[in-house]
Amino acid sequence: MDSIVGEAGDFKVKLIKNPKYINEEKCTGCTVCVEYCPVKYPDEFNQDISMNKAIHIFFPQAIPLVAYIDESCLYLKENKCRICEGVCKNNAIDLKQLPEIKEINVGAVILAPGFEPYDPKLRAEYHYGDFVNVITSMDFERLLSSTGPYSGEILRASDKKHPHKLAWIQCVGSRQVTEGGHSYCSAVCCTYAQKHVILTKDHDVDAECTIFHNDIRSYGKDFERFYERTVRLPGVRFIRSYTSIVGEDPVTKNVTIRYSTPDNGVKEEEFDMVVLSIGLSPPTGVREMAKKFGIELTAHDYCKLNPANPMETNRRGIFVSGAFQGPIDIPESVFSASGAGSQIGELLNRRRGNLSTERVYPEEQDVSEEEPRVGVFVCHCGANISRVVSIGATVEYCKTLPNVVHAQEQLFSCATNSAKEITDTIKEKGLNRVVVAACSPRTLEPLFRDTVREAGINQYYYEMANIREHDSWVHSREKEEATKKAWDIIRMSVARACNLEPLQEFDLPVNKAALVVGGGIAGMVCSLSIANQGHEVYLVEKDMALGGIARRISHTLEGMDVQVYLRDITEKIYKHPLIHVYTGATITEATGYIGNFVTTVRSNRGIAEIKHGAAILAIGADLYTPTEYLYGEDERVMTHLELDEEIKRSSEKIANAESVVMIQCVGCRNEDRNYCSRICCSESVKNALKLKEMNPERDVYILFRDIRTYGLKEDYYREAASKNIRFIRYEPEDPPVVEPGESDEGKPVLKVTVTDPVLLKKIELDADILALAAAVIPSEAIKEVAALFKVVLSPDGFFKEAHVKLRPVEFGTDGVYLCGAAHYPKFIQETINQAYGAAGRVLTLLSHDIVVASGAVCEIDEKKCMGCGACAAVCTYGALSLNDTRLGKKAVINPVLCKGDGLCNAKCPTGAISLKHFTDDEIMSEIDALVGGL
Amino acid sequence: MCSGRVDLKHVLRAFSKGMDGVFIGGCHYNECNYITNGNYHALNMVLLAKRLLEHIGLNPERLTMRVMSGAEANLYADHVNSFIKTIKGLGPLGQSEGLDKEELAESLARVTKLVPYIKIMKNEKLGTFLMNEDDYEGLFTRDEIDKLFNEMISYYIDPVKCQACMTCARRCPEGAIISAKGQVHIIDQDKCIRCGSCMAGCPPRFGAIRKLEGGEPVPPPPPEGERAVVRKAKAQ
Repeated sequence: MDSIVGEAGDFKVKLIKNPKYINEEKCTGCTVCVEYCPVKYPDEFNQDISMNKAIHIFFPQAIPLVAYIDESCLYLKENKCRICEGVCKNNAIDLKQLPEIKEINVGAVILAPGFEPYDPKLRAEYHYGDFVNVITSMDFERLLSSTGPYSGEILRASDKKHPHKLAWIQCVGSRQVTEGGHSYCSAVCCTYAQKHVILTKDHDVDAECTIFHNDIRSYGKDFERFYERTVRLPGVRFIRSYTSIVGEDPVTKNVTIRYSTPDNGVKEEEFDMVVLSIGLSPPTGVREMAKKFGIELTAHDYCKLNPANPMETNRRGIFVSGAFQGPIDIPESVFSASGAGSQIGELLNRRRGNLSTERVYPEEQDVSEEEPRVGVFVCHCGANISRVVSIGATVEYCKTLPNVVHAQEQLFSCATNSAKEITDTIKEKGLNRVVVAACSPRTLEPLFRDTVREAGINQYYYEMANIREHDSWVHSREKEEATKKAWDIIRMSVARACNLEPLQEFDLPVNKAALVVGGGIAGMVCSLSIANQGHEVYLVEKDMALGGIARRISHTLEGMDVQVYLRDITEKIYKHPLIHVYTGATITEATGYIGNFVTTVRSNRGIAEIKHGAAILAIGADLYTPTEYLYGEDERVMTHLELDEEIKRSSEKIANAESVVMIQCVGCRNEDRNYCSRICCSESVKNALKLKEMNPERDVYILFRDIRTYGLKEDYYREAASKNIRFIRYEPEDPPVVEPGESDEGKPVLKVTVTDPVLLKKIELDADILALAAAVIPSEAIKEVAALFKVVLSPDGFFKEAHVKLRPVEFGTDGVYLCGAAHYPKFIQETINQAYGAAGRVLTLLSHDIVVASGAVCEIDEKKCMGCGACAAVCTYGALSLNDTRLGKKAVINPVLCKGDGLCNAKCPTGAISLKHFTDDEIMSEIDALVGGL
Repeated sequence: MCSGRVDLKHVLRAFSKGMDGVFIGGCHYNECNYITNGNYHALNMVLLAKRLLEHIGLNPERLTMRVMSGAEANLYADHVNSFIKTIKGLGPLGQSEGLDKEELAESLARVTKLVPYIKIMKNEKLGTFLMNEDDYEGLFTRDEIDKLFNEMISYYIDPVKCQACMTCARRCPEGAIISAKGQVHIIDQDKCIRCGSCMAGCPPRFGAIRKLEGGEPVPPPPPEGERAVVRKAKAQ
């Protein structure tokens, strides 16, 4: 980005595009050029561990999947070579390319520069780059990958042998106030190191893995279970200790680590490999970038955010997502990405759809009565297939297959001209089935279906034979057999093609309104963002007032006044003409499906039947009522939320308290609730700081298991420690004991006894107030709401998203979304991130007039149905149900809900239910064709 | 389609056509990209099919299910290579098991025909989620499968009670009931899948259909020409 001028809604951005020396339109990503390129160069994507070529694809899943030439190219350096030009069959190489200057006009900008892995060379004591078997977690990540430097083998750089004894050192570059380190916690390293250990043990069950750590910060959803799974693996040690790397064996190149434990004192131990769990640094060049965009940064060089809207920068129209907000993990990045999208939707809503054009296809011919006329197109994929499989012989073979009326070869079937050739041939030769023998359907099936559609043929008459991934790529040394295998694969596809049926996709109308269940911060933020994009929103809250649990919180740790924020957002909700609020409400019935839900709500406005296209479940969470530590028996014992309220009121109790003790992890991280409530450590630090601010003389103790002030909140933990707030760690087997007693001065106090982990003896603390960090637990109503909307819960009883990373704000049930603490405990800022994220996903649905449902769904032959219900029992989408008919119970399908997995088909005893496009006839014709030709 | 779509019928078809081994690849357990988790269902089917193979004298090692992700090409190759090694060791279908070709074909055809019956009888177990590998062996036992075949249930229409109302015939999913107006209905035992729809549909006032358990033989139908219905005297 060279420069940006203008304002929100109308920016002019000048971009400089460096040459790839490849015509991206022409490159098909076949990588023949890479093979012939003579220049070997360290592979940046594989952390320079292995070599790549001067011309290469950045990494196997790169988008676009095209090659580029880097500065190591002989032609660019010395004007010679040009081999790639000669071998590229598609003339995609363009060594004359120059930097391109592009001016674009945009309404808004999202800054998503990510982060830079911390460079441990900044601190010599890690010996990175000095001791060859000391590597970073990024290096290790690549070693683990099947596309990594050693194809997924974990090997030492020194001798290319498998390390057997490995150590991980946590907090490298994080939680450090010394030169070269970051004071904040990088938030992701504890869990990724655990993942490394699990994967290492998968590779080598006998591997000995040691993690040297500070606090274990398993604060995310399901992280605690993941941690426990790691701890329980045989041969895995978690050692809480600072470490130093003290030496390297000159012969074995093993690395010695010095550490200390309370039991054994200082020890030295040798490891085959040491992995540095490096943290996150702000992106390289971030200050220059900030200057160009006119945005402010924090002291840590991350983006300075609006606490009430963490996707907003100080410049209107410029948004931020991902780790530029601060260290966050993948699901959080996805929330913020989708959320930033939604905010741009709000900003540019009036121009929505202006750049889109409607695709018009020719009218579809009915060929279902015709004899199958199959055309087979065999792709060379440059040389990817053709250097192993004999294409000419394969084409000739295809011509011998039943119903094949045309077969030909193509250099790249996916190239625009080839697709056109397929369309033309269909028309010319009267083909009614098409088989392309090329690569995996995963990438290109949509393209070829489209090609077939362009010729007026139903797209489900298309069939793909994968002779690349399933053949040429895996049998490169057995050319003859590979050719035979290609014939087998194609023969099966042709047989299947003959049995294919034309299918229609459904166009479902989309009701443009949304229903938001829950009027806390999550529900309100989500409602506003949806309504600001022109959609009617029905906001349903069970209480008599909006605000949820936030009504009880005075300030955030970072200092945002929650009550002022709440007043502001509640006012916006009530003033918004498109938002309809129902308080004191309960949902009595929810029916329908994506785009067309009908929900019945009973509230003080009477009974309403609401029609809506999307539903967002943001029902929040509850707080655990402790049964421990005299809670409910002694009025000096309260939860951290109650303490917050007392502080807000500046009650006398607080003013007079000379000593406050806080106990963390009350009601969670135990057998009943095997998760971390995420927010309590920071909440306790917040309250402790406030208590100290009110009276610096007061004693404040926090009894904890691990302090989990992750990310940028670490700074407040440090501040608390520096203000003489005392942190004492206890073990779950030896929890604190609380009983009423008297102080030395004879004042009635609560006596809190805890084992000091350093002195290893019991100490007694006098408390005037005991605050318990009570667990955040799933809402009482969550099971009921889940049943109404046919969504599922995770093992800890919170809502289960469709996919942790790929679809973190959606349910498996289409058209139903989630956000806020109902998903998992989270801070206000995180809730806002996720609420906007959910709104963004909702808009991808509501901004369309129709949704298209696949034609590959199940159908029922009622005559054959025996009404046993085996199908309905296995359908996780509720697409099947049983109806009473004159002839007994019969299964009925709602094809709109069907996802085409076909479990019902496999379970049906009579064959009454069948999954279209994967019918028994279609599948068995493939089996028969395979055997028939052997 | 999901691995859970793989039908017992498909596996048997491959063996019937002379395949020496069948390999089923699925996703890793508990890593479903949807909420389907159909690989558990595929696993149950495979465990059942292995017992069926055993029942007819085939080595259950000829069928395997392996799980992997789309990014684990090497794992996939390893699994396939080791499976091929196993199959090569076992030799052509039936050979190392000492089975006669025709006899084997007959057995496979017999089991294939009974797939609907097997699915009905084992429906519940086919829907379980086996989280622990130690439980795989015990889901279906040899005895259980032998019993399934040896003590097969059947349905029989009592010619004395049948009033030829055609209800059972209309309900039969397989069209296995020979029904004509005024003629006693007869279940074609060869076509019958033993689902019991007929019995459930037979009007209680007739109660003409009986379930025969424990492998009890089905009485022969009345000879043609003696099938006229004996009308029940209508209640006055």
